[in-house]
Amino acid sequence: MLTNALQRPSRIFQPLAVLLTMIFSLGVPFWVIIVTAGKSAVEARQPNLALPSHWELGKNISTTFSEGNMGIASLGSLLLLIPSVFGVLLLGAMASWVLARRKTRGLSIAYTIGISGVIVPPAIVPIVLLLKQIGLQGTPLGLIGVYIGMYMSTVIFFITGFIRTIPIELEEAARVDGANPMRVFFRIIFPLLGPVIATATILVSLFIWNDVFYALFVVGGRLDTLPLNLYQVASSGLYLQNWNLIFSYILLMTLPMLLVFIFAQRRIISGVTSGAVK
Amino acid sequence: MNAGAKVKLLLKRPRINAASKAHSTHPIWFIVPAFFFLIIFFIVPTVLNFVYSFTDWSSFKTEVNFSGFSNFTQLFSSGNLVADLRITILYAVLVAVFQNLFGFALALLLERDTLLNRIARASFFIPVIMSALAVGYVFQAVLEPKGPVNSIFSFFAGRPVEIPWLYSTTWTIVVVSVIHAWKWMGLAMLIFLAGLKTIDSEVLEAARIDGASWFQTLRTIRFPLLAPAITFNVATSLLGSMNSFDIVQATTQGGPGGTTELLNIYIVRAFGQGLFAQATAMSLVLLVMVMVLAFPLIWSLRKREQIL
Repeated sequence: MLTNALQRPSRIFQPLAVLLTMIFSLGVPFWVIIVTAGKSAVEARQPNLALPSHWELGKNISTTFSEGNMGIASLGSLLLLIPSVFGVLLLGAMASWVLARRKTRGLSIAYTIGISGVIVPPAIVPIVLLLKQIGLQGTPLGLIGVYIGMYMSTVIFFITGFIRTIPIELEEAARVDGANPMRVFFRIIFPLLGPVIATATILVSLFIWNDVFYALFVVGGRLDTLPLNLYQVASSGLYLQNWNLIFSYILLMTLPMLLVFIFAQRRIISGVTSGAVK
Repeated sequence: MNAGAKVKLLLKRPRINAASKAHSTHPIWFIVPAFFFLIIFFIVPTVLNFVYSFTDWSSFKTEVNFSGFSNFTQLFSSGNLVADLRITILYAVLVAVFQNLFGFALALLLERDTLLNRIARASFFIPVIMSALAVGYVFQAVLEPKGPVNSIFSFFAGRPVEIPWLYSTTWTIVVVSVIHAWKWMGLAMLIFLAGLKTIDSEVLEAARIDGASWFQTLRTIRFPLLAPAITFNVATSLLGSMNSFDIVQATTQGGPGGTTELLNIYIVRAFGQGLFAQATAMSLVLLVMVMVLAFPLIWSLRKREQIL
């Protein structure tokens, strides 16, 4: 046993190194979030590693709801998230099918334009001007359109690549039986897109759930979303230095994504790494 | 259907070629709704970005007129253009370096499939799913002069340490880029881990039998074979961090003394002051910079992959 351990010092040092890395790089920030979220306003003024003398997590959470508009902000976030994700994935998948299957010069140009947004950053200031002109500035509908336009490229990029791996014979069999394009797409292709749709849904949801930059320009001050509220309460005088409330807010806002991650871990990990290493 | 259309259809029928067959099986209208959103909300604003950068559009005027290069000369003479561009590039390079360094180190540390390693990998992915704004606030608290990080340093140093992490005009840009890298290192780690998995274990076994040390194998076999993972990680971290806003806004708001003012922070500030054309001109600078860097970067990294 001892000689074995001496021959392979990594067997002992590796777990030790992992634990130390985790404690110092993740443990400290996560610990501060949790203990500070449980402190009273006075104790939380100076953030430190100490445990709260008296846990007030429940009280802080109820304050984030009553004064921080947590409930309304959650609804606002969902109001933007659900139609954006549904729209971008459905429309993106439909476009990807045709872009993947037809190989004409025009469509390959369309594909290049379609995926341009993977690299090109969205031009936020002209977006605001455009929304003003069409009467959608400051409305959830306007921001949903912006999100759909912005993440369309990512979705087309992911799904087109995936559809190219599906044998076309599957479609042809259905077509011989007299199925029209709508039927072929929704009955044959769409059900096969499960894995890539799941990955894209999670990625796009993550972006939209956490977005503050575009939301600030389009609906800032008009609609409450979770990150927008966090931004406003943390930079307003009312919450200044009220770390207990800020951290309670962060804790609650991270929870839904954390739960999704725990349940869909495999899918997320295989999704983000596929394509990157080939 | 009238007679004329019927005749046309009959005339067309014998000339069914591949293109018209494709048209009936994969109709073009399937791409129309997606491109409607893409064009209205993404392409048109990008084109407008070029137009409005050369106008005097602001909240103080009712009409918009062309003003040539005045926005750019103004941004240049005020020093904002050069300073913010320099800061943004420096930030992006630092993020790319730290994110890949941390990610690669974690991937090597957590390579074996043990229970502890699996738990650690999942834990390092938590910052990736957190809001960048939230991460910024967490580090603002953690890095306070009398905050947790300094108290840990004080404990090990045996004397009070009060490093002003977020108040240095020289080093704060490095600190915020480390925070950005901390948030995304879990993603880089996963991609490096996936890259390491694709390497044939027999090649590594052969090298070990030939007496190659762990470090030799890493340097001569594994690192070169990781080229695709490195390409992806460098490109995404460099280009992604140029469009960054949340973390810096939450930690320093561009300070101290404007030394961490990224292009996007300037854009938000100028827009808030009603200087719409100047904000647009700066976003054109960002757009051009990303494009100028993106194509050669991806091209050269791909090329290197082929050589290796």
